[in-house]
Amino acid sequence: MTALSVSELTKTYAGGKIALQKVNLTVDAGAFFGLLGPNGAGKSTLIGIISTLVNKSGGTVRVFGHDLDRDPWAVKSSIGLVPQEFNFNNFETVEQIVLNQAGYYGIPRRIARQRAEHYLHSLGLWERRDTVSRTLSGGMKRRLMIARALIHEPRLLILDEPTAGVDIELRRSMWDFLRHINDQGTTIILTTHYLEEAESLCKDIAIIDDGQIIENTDVKSLLQRLSTHAFLLDVDHVPQPLPQIDGFPLKRVDDYILEAEVPRGRALSELFAALSEHGVSVTSMRNKSNRLEELFLRLVESNDPTPAEPAESDQERVQ
Amino acid sequence: MSTHPSEMARTYGSWGTPSRARSAWISLQTIVYKETHRYLRIWIQTLVPPAITMTLYFVIFGALIGERVGPMEGYSYMEYIAPGIIMLAVITNSYNNVVSSFFGAKFQRHIEEMLVSPTPNLVILLGYVAGGVGRGLCTGAIVTAVALMFTSLPIHNWWITISVVVLTAVLFSIGGFINAIYAKKFDDIAIVPTFILTPLTYLGGVFYSISLLPEFWQGASMANPILYMVNAFRYGILGSSDVHIVFSYAMMLLFIIALGGFALYLLHRGTGLRS
Repeated sequence: MTALSVSELTKTYAGGKIALQKVNLTVDAGAFFGLLGPNGAGKSTLIGIISTLVNKSGGTVRVFGHDLDRDPWAVKSSIGLVPQEFNFNNFETVEQIVLNQAGYYGIPRRIARQRAEHYLHSLGLWERRDTVSRTLSGGMKRRLMIARALIHEPRLLILDEPTAGVDIELRRSMWDFLRHINDQGTTIILTTHYLEEAESLCKDIAIIDDGQIIENTDVKSLLQRLSTHAFLLDVDHVPQPLPQIDGFPLKRVDDYILEAEVPRGRALSELFAALSEHGVSVTSMRNKSNRLEELFLRLVESNDPTPAEPAESDQERVQ
Repeated sequence: MSTHPSEMARTYGSWGTPSRARSAWISLQTIVYKETHRYLRIWIQTLVPPAITMTLYFVIFGALIGERVGPMEGYSYMEYIAPGIIMLAVITNSYNNVVSSFFGAKFQRHIEEMLVSPTPNLVILLGYVAGGVGRGLCTGAIVTAVALMFTSLPIHNWWITISVVVLTAVLFSIGGFINAIYAKKFDDIAIVPTFILTPLTYLGGVFYSISLLPEFWQGASMANPILYMVNAFRYGILGSSDVHIVFSYAMMLLFIIALGGFALYLLHRGTGLRS
């Protein structure tokens, strides 16, 4: 079954800015789907249209078979939205916010209270239920937004950068929570700038750039396209000049770090052996960047789904 | 953060899945409760100021100046202006409640909570209008209590009195809603009350009978919708009015239907709310 089907979706803002150009996208029910793209690519516009906060210029949106134009009630009832920016009432308490949201979805107060308790417990907010929302920490506010989006138990949960600005420990626990929600059958669409997050959570990914979907596939197939993988090697010294090792281009980072490109299919042990022959000992190693990040940069930079050149380090662009 | 599984099915237990009508009813209750809670929570800002302001009106215009003005339309000046001052409080408070609450929701963006939900536009409008009417009636009751300390209010017709005050509160709540839809900054929610509502209210026969005006200004006053409300309310209390009561009702209903329809149209289009 299809959770979301977007067809020929276009959006032109007043003033003529084209945000989406005939976007086609399908998300299967039960999927954990990643929507990636650089800033201004059209991710938030796409999510805004699906969640009815942005009026579309053309095209169709169907959620679990319900057409957005013909049956917005059914579409809205099926979706839970966690927006990028905090958008709750700063003067209401945590529990009021969640209960009011349940009310907007037509959930009787008795059921809403049970669910509020459940989700606030699950997200570690129950003890803060009487706290006025503006006094919460950033991480708590993020979790409150997730609890609010889940209170009507939507079949499709859309998260727009849900872990932006939260510490790594909390981020990991939110990942566990989202995986758990997904395992229970909730379809999840996630936009994130943390490509490690997308690689860890998502089975399928679409990359949007300049208002167009430039890639839409499963993460595994996408990663197989990487022809090379870059590693940073911590070594006892970096010789001058750099040794020439066949098939493994090397670059000096500093006196104790080498960057090596390892083609797919070649064993790392070959590289270590060759370095050892040149009197260089490798003490440790790490990925230069996340694999998905490398692919993402290549796709976005070239807007070409068949990348050939290895990625340059450009961490700032995606982070 | 625990990750214990949700045992709850996507139904509402013994309630069953609610019908759309029941869902809309629960949404309406939620908005009305939220709006009522809002103005009661900040009662020092919402309910006390009109009581103080209107007390000053009664003291200055009624007691001090009024004694020199003498009777009007057969009533003491204090008696004559009391209905208008009550109406003044109802009009400004019902308008201000909705314009500030709805614009605040827009400004903080928590209006999006409602916009992404299946709450129908009509329910959103009714919920906010109910909040405005609630505050309008609360302040109306407070000002009435204040008025009774200065004068007596012989109710000529209870039904007319209550229906007119409710219709007036509904009308100005809708007006506040439309103002909030168009407002982009806080200045915008002050412009209409300051430059349109207040002059129309003061020129709507609160403090005088339009029969005192020259013929031209009598005619001009007839274009002021607030005149009909003040006079209809005064008729309900005193049995005296500058305009026919049926005409007053017709004008109020006409404005409610026209502005209500326009507000729904704006909500449907997403004006000021959706990109």
